[in-house]
Amino acid sequence: MDFELMINSFPKLLNAAVITLKLLSVSLIIGLFIGLLFAILRLNKNIFINRFAYGYSYLFRGTPLLVQIFIIYFGLGQIEYLRTTFLWIILKEPYWCAIIAFALNTGAYTSEILRSAFQTIKPGIIEAGQSLGISSKIIFYKIQIPIAIRQSLPAYGNEIILMMKGTSLASTVTLMDLTGVAKYIISTTFRPVEVFIVAGGIYLFMTFIIHNVIKFLEKKYSFNS
Amino acid sequence: MELLAFGDTGWGDELFNATLMTIAVAITAMVIGFFFALIFTPLKLSKNRFLNLIANTYTTIIRGVPELLVIYLFFFGGSAAVMFVASIFGYGEYIEINAFITGAFSIGIISGAYSTEVFRGAIQSIDKGQFEAANVLGLGKFGKFFKIILPQTLRLALPNLSNVWQITLKDTSLISVTGLVEIMRQSYVAAGSTRDPLFFYSFAAVLYLLLTFLSMKLINRLEAKYSRGY
Repeated sequence: MDFELMINSFPKLLNAAVITLKLLSVSLIIGLFIGLLFAILRLNKNIFINRFAYGYSYLFRGTPLLVQIFIIYFGLGQIEYLRTTFLWIILKEPYWCAIIAFALNTGAYTSEILRSAFQTIKPGIIEAGQSLGISSKIIFYKIQIPIAIRQSLPAYGNEIILMMKGTSLASTVTLMDLTGVAKYIISTTFRPVEVFIVAGGIYLFMTFIIHNVIKFLEKKYSFNS
Repeated sequence: MELLAFGDTGWGDELFNATLMTIAVAITAMVIGFFFALIFTPLKLSKNRFLNLIANTYTTIIRGVPELLVIYLFFFGGSAAVMFVASIFGYGEYIEINAFITGAFSIGIISGAYSTEVFRGAIQSIDKGQFEAANVLGLGKFGKFFKIILPQTLRLALPNLSNVWQITLKDTSLISVTGLVEIMRQSYVAAGSTRDPLFFYSFAAVLYLLLTFLSMKLINRLEAKYSRGY
């Protein structure tokens, strides 16, 4: 065990963890909006809209995240037309390409989580709202969405942790996130075990925090408290 | 389309072989994962707290640390570990481990952690009466396990195991960083030499979709078979 290396690499890895957290939080926020949008589209009665939303989630859940990042980062740059539009400012940056891929990916999973949450809401609750003369818009925003969020918290907590692990793929498109820096240190020092312990420890710590925050929220918003 | 031709002019045969490689790695990893589950599920269910701790450490670490980091650990540390073991037996030469073994083993360890959780959940959700009934019938420990518990565990675990399989299948794409020529690596090579990344990565996505779709169909059949009588 090379403890000196472990102590020396700790601040570097901690700095890189900040990038991991940035990638995670930005893509989760965008992904939540995408997920909510597609969950609503999935519940639409129009078969085309419905199928479109299903196709989106099927596509992103059926292929590896790595393929999605590579298509966006390497693939889209190949289209000459895109290079002339303002989109190119975003697409030439690996940082934004990674975020787009992560957001679309987590959006697909989130839409499934929210859809099943919407579907498990008891019809009686909505009927109760209707019989009180509340408009369907307010029923949706004030009754259905809060209940759906509460219902989907445990599954969404898992999704956050999966996504945190997914951000490690940003290192494949030259970003120096926690895994990227860990790989760099491993390949220059050939001390995989030591670096794994430190980097893995930081990841586990983040998992631990996320897990407990979700647990706290679950308790806070539970119905029978 | 000529990009996908079989033979020297296209990448069709290369990608076909790469797809077979992906399937081979995924199946090997899944089998290795079952071995890990076989060891760690009893530890998880054991009443001994120390054994519990070992199994929980394994599943917590693997499920909390990115797959890529685990792969790097085995990719860079694998040969060193094997050489260390060999040096104990007096063998001092350099040993290089094959990328297939490294890849299948690291993905296997990951899928093993998920499988362990699935089997634990399945065994725990078997009705207590079943255990008692087996005792009443006077079945021995082995008879109880193989005739009563295992068949029910398989039925209960199958839906979640199919999720583990899908995750494992998609995780194999990460082994491309070690240079093993599976779908992702082959697409990377083809994209580099033809300068057409959009086409090849999209085609890789189609291949993965096809694999997940076909395995879904197959698993649904299995599920129907194992839930006969329910």
